[in-house]
Amino acid sequence: MNELEFLTWVRGPGMNIAVSIFVLGVLWRLFEIYSLGRKADLAPGRERAGASGWHTIGRRMLPPPGMVKRSPVSYIGGYVFHIGLFLIVFFFAPHIKLVEDIVGLSWPALPSPVIDAVTMITLAAMVAVLIDRINHPVKRFLSGFEDWFTWTVTFLPVLTGYLAVKHLGLPYTTLLSLHILSVEILLIVLPFTKLFHAFTTFGSRWYTGKIHGHRGVPV
Amino acid sequence: MPESERNPLIERMAGEGISRRAFMKYCATLASLMALPAGAGRAMAEALTRAARPSVIWLSFQECTGCTEAITRSHSPTLESLILETISLDYHHTLQAASGEAAEHAREEAMKQHFGKYLVVVDGSVPMKDGGVYSTIAGISNHDMLMDTVKGAAAVIAVGTCATYGGLPKARPNPTGAVAISDLVRDKPIVNIPGCPPIPVVMTGVIAHYLTFGRLPELDRLLRPRAFYGETIHDRCYRRPFYDQGKFAKTFDDAGARRGWCLFELGCKGPVTYNACASVKWNDATSWPVESGHGCIGCSEPDFWDAGGFYRALSLPADPLKGMAAAAAAGVVVGAVVSVANRARKAEVRAGHETATLADLDK
Repeated sequence: MNELEFLTWVRGPGMNIAVSIFVLGVLWRLFEIYSLGRKADLAPGRERAGASGWHTIGRRMLPPPGMVKRSPVSYIGGYVFHIGLFLIVFFFAPHIKLVEDIVGLSWPALPSPVIDAVTMITLAAMVAVLIDRINHPVKRFLSGFEDWFTWTVTFLPVLTGYLAVKHLGLPYTTLLSLHILSVEILLIVLPFTKLFHAFTTFGSRWYTGKIHGHRGVPV
Repeated sequence: MPESERNPLIERMAGEGISRRAFMKYCATLASLMALPAGAGRAMAEALTRAARPSVIWLSFQECTGCTEAITRSHSPTLESLILETISLDYHHTLQAASGEAAEHAREEAMKQHFGKYLVVVDGSVPMKDGGVYSTIAGISNHDMLMDTVKGAAAVIAVGTCATYGGLPKARPNPTGAVAISDLVRDKPIVNIPGCPPIPVVMTGVIAHYLTFGRLPELDRLLRPRAFYGETIHDRCYRRPFYDQGKFAKTFDDAGARRGWCLFELGCKGPVTYNACASVKWNDATSWPVESGHGCIGCSEPDFWDAGGFYRALSLPADPLKGMAAAAAAGVVVGAVVSVANRARKAEVRAGHETATLADLDK
């Protein structure tokens, strides 16, 4: 398989397979999780639950008191790379073009130099959290295969995307193919790993807040 | 003076009103295009005007004659065509006057006389399916003629995307089982000059290099001369600054297109296409596809015909995605099945639950 055939495959059948598995996986997991159900809580609520669910979604975005000082790399690095990924994925012009092509929606992009800078910062933050995870005995102890694996599949699309845009190292055709392939791998594993938090995190926070409110500890 | 010792190129040039100065300039240009050292231009001029020149047998298989058209008729008369015509072109369907038995005889004669020294130029792919019946010449299949002819060849030059990679005949579903020359010829030096058609000067450049230095120019992994295929169209494109600035034409005649903005979003394959169009241009350096307002279609790349729509940007799926609704439906069904299984398991666990008593704690 030559370079152009490889690119054509990842842009064609490969993309089709990856997006299909992603769509299938996301719906499967969401359906599975939300259909688990909970027993009806027969006790009357201690207080009016109010907007406790929504408040929790917001509150949990902020670090608990003292934690930034205790674990600065996790918190600051975590914020930086999550925001960075969000900006890169949703505000880089070619990505918007792709979304527009698939679902017909489009919105304004950020200038490429801004995305360049964000990418560099994101890559640095991801490397920092990885080093912290390796160096910190407790974090290392708590880490299993899935943690290293999900870090890798998240990191590779950012790295290969940056190299492709900057034409670094390999021919553009190969880099673009590798970038698309790495994203396809990410799409395929996302619904079936911890990365699925991209879909579940807000739902579970809302649920937690709602339950706490019901039991008398609203936030 | 016997015919073979005259200097046909010099005579032809004089006849066409081309000065020595123009010829030297051309050779210097060729040498510089190929990034050869200073002085190579003079050496080329000497080699090209030397009386003895190798016999060339030109084989045309599954092709459209576009390659020959491009090289001989792009701009009449070009130095390219003069060089081509004044090498000892002993066999060429389109250009030779002889036909039938006489034509085949010319090929056999050239092979016999110059065995081990002649050049074979091939345009067109070779059909392999059904015994190669899809293309024959004088009752000989392309495969047999190729293998027979290259036996005594010093080198083989595959011209055009069909000969280099299979080209259009090989496009899905490849009804004739077309293959490239390099798939069949393994034991001879081969140079690939892809393009649909290839750039005339690239072809003459390779021949001039061979005549001057007695060997083929430096080749890349796909057997292409590095000098001409070392960079992408995109690398050398005059619209490149607009790509870097993120300025893209959205349609072929909008304000951006008129200002010369990048054609990436209109499906230009320049970033993945290795060729010299952007620097050498076409038709006596008049223009080239991107300059005329159309994106590059990647015609010098292997299997370009099957590389997705010509008008779909490289960053988009090659073809619109299919089966998304089916994937979504399958996801819901799998989710529902898993959900039923989970509930069944929950019920099972509940049914099997035994209440612990104080007595259990004493155990």
